[in-house]
Amino acid sequence: MSENSLAIRKFSDLANPTRFLALADRVLPWFAACTVLFFAAGVWLSFTTEGDYQQGETVRIMYVHVPAAWLSMMCYTVMAISALGTLVWRHPLADVSAKAAAPIGACFTFLALVTGSLWGKPMWGAWWVWDARLTSVFVLFLMYLGLIALNRAMDDPARSARVSAVLVLVGFVNIPIIKFSVEWWNTLHQPASVLRLDGPTIDPEFLWPLLTMAVAFTLLFFTLHIAAMRNEIWRRRVTSLRRQAVRNAGREAQAL
Amino acid sequence: MIALFFRDLKLSVRAGGGTMIGVLFFMTVVAVVPFGVGPDLNLLSRIGPAMLWIGALLASLLGLDRLFQAEREDGSLDLLLMQETPLLMTVFVKCAAHWAATGLPLVIASPLLGLFMNMNELAIGATMLTLLAGTPAITFIGAVGAAVAVALPRGGLLVSILVLPLAIPVLIFGVSAVYAAIEDPAPFLPPFMILMAITLFFAVIGPVAAAAALRHSAD
Repeated sequence: MSENSLAIRKFSDLANPTRFLALADRVLPWFAACTVLFFAAGVWLSFTTEGDYQQGETVRIMYVHVPAAWLSMMCYTVMAISALGTLVWRHPLADVSAKAAAPIGACFTFLALVTGSLWGKPMWGAWWVWDARLTSVFVLFLMYLGLIALNRAMDDPARSARVSAVLVLVGFVNIPIIKFSVEWWNTLHQPASVLRLDGPTIDPEFLWPLLTMAVAFTLLFFTLHIAAMRNEIWRRRVTSLRRQAVRNAGREAQAL
Repeated sequence: MIALFFRDLKLSVRAGGGTMIGVLFFMTVVAVVPFGVGPDLNLLSRIGPAMLWIGALLASLLGLDRLFQAEREDGSLDLLLMQETPLLMTVFVKCAAHWAATGLPLVIASPLLGLFMNMNELAIGATMLTLLAGTPAITFIGAVGAAVAVALPRGGLLVSILVLPLAIPVLIFGVSAVYAAIEDPAPFLPPFMILMAITLFFAVIGPVAAAAALRHSAD
């Protein structure tokens, strides 16, 4: 119990943007360095391991496609948790986190769709098929774009944050649909082969590069996310400083 | 609550309300299809149910931004927010009234358009039944979008963009239920029951989320 309350206190410490900025400054170089390290290892592994006997060299697309798809879902989950933080605990940084995560998530989703399309052409013989997995990921992409548009449409960040948080939570129904779409419906897309209860069914030859790349992508996400949050905080500071300057200028003009 | 229901119903049926425009839009969309794909009757009867569903989906999105906007403009939204009955109930009743004013006419108009599309009786009946079960879900999903749009100066188009992805499952199961009814091997009941489950699910989620969005956009 005491540990739990300590964790909560630590977390609400971050409510102070200055403290968060200090932490971000300290953490970011480490994250960036780890990201580069893991990417180097992951790329080296993915190009030195053997190709599949059936798919040949195209199997290497998997090392980008699968982590990007995982991250696109994780990013939405992060946004949903942030939305909960905005609505329930009114954590001041939660809406910054949700707003910063949306473009990153959209990029990962786009990457997953493009690499999947490139992989699908030689394997399935079509750039795009309307099966459940592909359609639901496409819907996820549309939702990211809609949320970005909504965030941009409103001037007041506090109000737009709460309103878009509601929408993020409603849109979260899509995430389980994406995850289980390959099991609920018979689709062209293959079912899950790594995250299974009875252990991965994928050959270790492919599993190691894949996992390394997944770690690298996750680190990349957190690096970008923290950096984007920092930028967003700075942007808000600049806006409020500008407003204050204008107000002061108006007051001085009146005094004259 | 019943008074609110009839008030909303009357407001939208009267001139300037969304009822007539929604039905007209529905008819126009469906009437445009033969010009696009050509007047081949066999083809039309095959894609007819899907076209009716897409038309109904677009038509019910059309009037959605009016759901709370009019109340916002004349100030009665604040009264609705302040009254003692839970906001959840108010939103639910408003959704029901909105559906009765815009969704139900679409369902009633669909057999006529089904005849235009050269569909047989079974297909028309199945389309009507699925529309009856599915359009409430679109209204409930749309209520969330409408509540979000209240805070926006000009949110009409944005609502459609935000709501449409969430409404895709309704479309998928609605259309697949109709095709299951027409074509023999596939059973009709499973997709239809999933469609009804979606409607019930969003009948709970929609008003909750819409009420939350309304409350947050008000202060």
